[in-house]
Amino acid sequence: MIKALIFLLFKEMEGGCRIMATSNKNRMSVSEMIEQQKKKRKFFNQLERLIPSLLLIIASISVLTTIGIVYTLFAESVAFFRNVPILDFFTGTILKPLSQNPEFGVLPLLNGTIISTVIAMLVAGPIGMMSAIYLSEYAPDNVRRVLKPLLEILAGVPTIVYGFFAFTFVTPLLRMIFPSIEATNILSPGIIMGVMIIPMIASLSEDAMSSVPNSIREGALALGSTKLETTFKVVIPAALSGIIASFVLGISRAIGETMIVAIASGSSKNFTFDITQSMQTMTAYIVEVAGGEAAAGTTIYYSLYAVAFTLFVFTLIMNLLAKYISRKFREEY
Amino acid sequence: MSTVMEKKINLKLVRNPNENNEPEAEKEVVYDTKGLNLWYGETHALKNINMEIKEKEVTAIIGPSGCGKSTYLKTLNRMVELVPIVKTSGQITYKGKNILDKSFRVEDLRTQVGMVFQKANPFPKSIYENIAYGPKIHGIKNKKILDEIVEKSLRGAFIWDELKDRLNDNAYGLSGGQQQRLCIARCLAVEPNVILMDEPTSALDPKSTLRIEELVQELKKDYAIVIVTHNMQQAARISDKTAFFLNGEIIEYDNTDHIFNNPTDERTGDYISGRFG
Amino acid sequence: MTTKYMDAQLVEKRMSSRVRKNTGWKGLFFASTLFGLVVLAILLVRIFTQGMEYINIDFLMNHLSTDASRAGIMGAILGTAWLMVVVIPVTMIIGVGTAIYLELYAKKGKLQSFIATNISNLAGVPSIVYGLLGLTLFVRALEFGNVILAGGLTLSLLVLPIVIVAAQEALRAVPGQLSEASYGMGATKWQTVRRIILPAALPGILTGAILALSRAIGETAPLTVLGIPALLIPFPSGIFDTFTALPMQIYYWTIDSSLVAEYANLAAATIIVLLILLFLLNSIAILIRNKFQQRY
Repeated sequence: MIKALIFLLFKEMEGGCRIMATSNKNRMSVSEMIEQQKKKRKFFNQLERLIPSLLLIIASISVLTTIGIVYTLFAESVAFFRNVPILDFFTGTILKPLSQNPEFGVLPLLNGTIISTVIAMLVAGPIGMMSAIYLSEYAPDNVRRVLKPLLEILAGVPTIVYGFFAFTFVTPLLRMIFPSIEATNILSPGIIMGVMIIPMIASLSEDAMSSVPNSIREGALALGSTKLETTFKVVIPAALSGIIASFVLGISRAIGETMIVAIASGSSKNFTFDITQSMQTMTAYIVEVAGGEAAAGTTIYYSLYAVAFTLFVFTLIMNLLAKYISRKFREEY
Repeated sequence: MSTVMEKKINLKLVRNPNENNEPEAEKEVVYDTKGLNLWYGETHALKNINMEIKEKEVTAIIGPSGCGKSTYLKTLNRMVELVPIVKTSGQITYKGKNILDKSFRVEDLRTQVGMVFQKANPFPKSIYENIAYGPKIHGIKNKKILDEIVEKSLRGAFIWDELKDRLNDNAYGLSGGQQQRLCIARCLAVEPNVILMDEPTSALDPKSTLRIEELVQELKKDYAIVIVTHNMQQAARISDKTAFFLNGEIIEYDNTDHIFNNPTDERTGDYISGRFG
Repeated sequence: MTTKYMDAQLVEKRMSSRVRKNTGWKGLFFASTLFGLVVLAILLVRIFTQGMEYINIDFLMNHLSTDASRAGIMGAILGTAWLMVVVIPVTMIIGVGTAIYLELYAKKGKLQSFIATNISNLAGVPSIVYGLLGLTLFVRALEFGNVILAGGLTLSLLVLPIVIVAAQEALRAVPGQLSEASYGMGATKWQTVRRIILPAALPGILTGAILALSRAIGETAPLTVLGIPALLIPFPSGIFDTFTALPMQIYYWTIDSSLVAEYANLAAATIIVLLILLFLLNSIAILIRNKFQQRY
């Protein structure tokens, strides 16, 4: 029905053109033609009045998506918490969904998520930040123009490709150096996740630093500061809110990242802090359980939603926090 | 805001008569520019500039927009190099050393030569931190000494009484005129020998302008001051020497009195009487 | 100025080490910038050396097979192509429609900022969560099953924020004089939008849409949740067929490579195909952008 409406509206435009062309032969004046057209337009004018509502309906799809996500996650999580006490879920250190006496403690997953995120940020934080400093403060224009898009490519590589790379290249490489590392471990995907997040932190931090006006840099340089001092003592403090926001968004991205950890970190649900071992993140758990075609209605099926809900809340908080920081502490130069 | 003032030039208005009586020979030459040429890419922005700048004097540089006066000023502390396509030839000696020589460290130069910009550019920090920034990067860490420097610098810029109770406030809360004087204080804190001023009052109201002009008169007792200005009234009021730039060349450089009352070059006279620019 | 606090000689002495520090850090900053690029280079070299020799007509055209030497990825290529057939129209209509509403029709106010905030929050939702939405809504509640339509709609919702934001920017970049000229001749709002603003914004919209599309076809996580099979299924021929897609194929071959080592090479070969596809899409986007940039 919507399509038909759109079709009609588009048809009307073309019709208008054709009438103009044919009526030319009858030597009508333009104003006469416009008058004639007006009558025919009435119907379409009414149709045109519907356009805002039509567009509003389309625009509301994104709102419906949010409602859909929150509703499904919430409703099915409620079903889950009917079977598993909410306290047991959030404080349990044992996760054995497939055993005879299944236990659903989310802490092993939270632990895996946090550890992989920390590893990723240890890579992406300093390297992304230093790249941002180089691009914003040091790089000559022509070098920046080459390096920036190249760095963006890193962000465009599908995560499955990173997962493959972590599993088949980085892990064997790490095992050559540290033989005690397991074939699936949290270290390797953590590092590669960090590499994936570098461009995000680099580009957002660079934006924040570039928006610091040059006059402030000149003020510092004119006092005899080196570029390094200008950067660390003036530019970075001035851009701090944007830089912190970029880190928070990086964390959010790491928490939500799925394929790299699902492939390279295996599915061990141990509650451990040993980064040479396999650990499962919340996202990887969802992949494992959903891919195993858990039958609808079982506790393990509902556990998907409880875990996803936890994940959703975590990333939402991070994203809102990032927005809050960059808005609240934005410098007005 | 000051166009009305500019139209009517009354030179003897504010000039301090006893300044002219000081013997020239006693003053040391700080900057000596010889055959300076500067290009922005293909544009020849400064052509064969020769100019001496002396201590304890105010040297004004006037000229229409785009004549190269700001470029010359920024060459004096090599800030002009922030534009990557700049090329120079000739030499500028500062206290006997050629600053255009690549082996001359810009950081050293800029420590000794302070600069005040067209638009006040305080750091987004507290008033205290703005002043303490310079001494800190140059290695002064002692809190007591820093406190003293802050007070001395703010007093030097005649803004201590206004700001002494709000040193920890953000500098962005100050008025435009206060910000500019804060920037002057920030520059004094590193105890430079020369202060370069790039149209420091162009963004200020007449009252703040006057205060800065008074400050300049005070500062010249200790510093060499080079000031680029659009406002000829201002040049006439506060400077001892005036250079008139046109199309990248120095048309005339002489005592301010001479330039304004009896210019040698016709173009200088035309510019001063408002016939162009 | 009576007292001097700054010791000129000391300042000059310290300057050498300060300047050296600056040079040293500059090198470190540059090396950091290169680090990411070096990893990217290693990744590409590794994948190409590993997978290139497996790429031939048979590999591209054959059905899947458990026998590594006979396995082909035509099914996955077709699956990805069919996904694009769903994603392109859905994201274009909803994405551009939403952008037009937000930029040109909505009154600045609570509703508009609510929708805009909602979109920016959606952009931060992990892709796997979209997978669960797709599983619940399209696969189960609407009973599509794990078919192309379900996968395509899930991916569409996932990349929708990208298309909306790109289209908004493109619409915003159209100079106001253009639409004013149109209104000045008595054109209605919709006529102006359809005939003046949309054509002017089209290159920007297309660029954004293509980038969103390349994001969609590289996505794996939501598809794993939908339960896309790794079975030997017939080639899909419509949006209601079950399917596999390139990233899913890579996923299965990668995790099974611990059982059959050669699967890793097949995964690498499939990655090459996927990367080439993405490269082509991005090239088109860049071409469009360069060709139509700043016509006004």
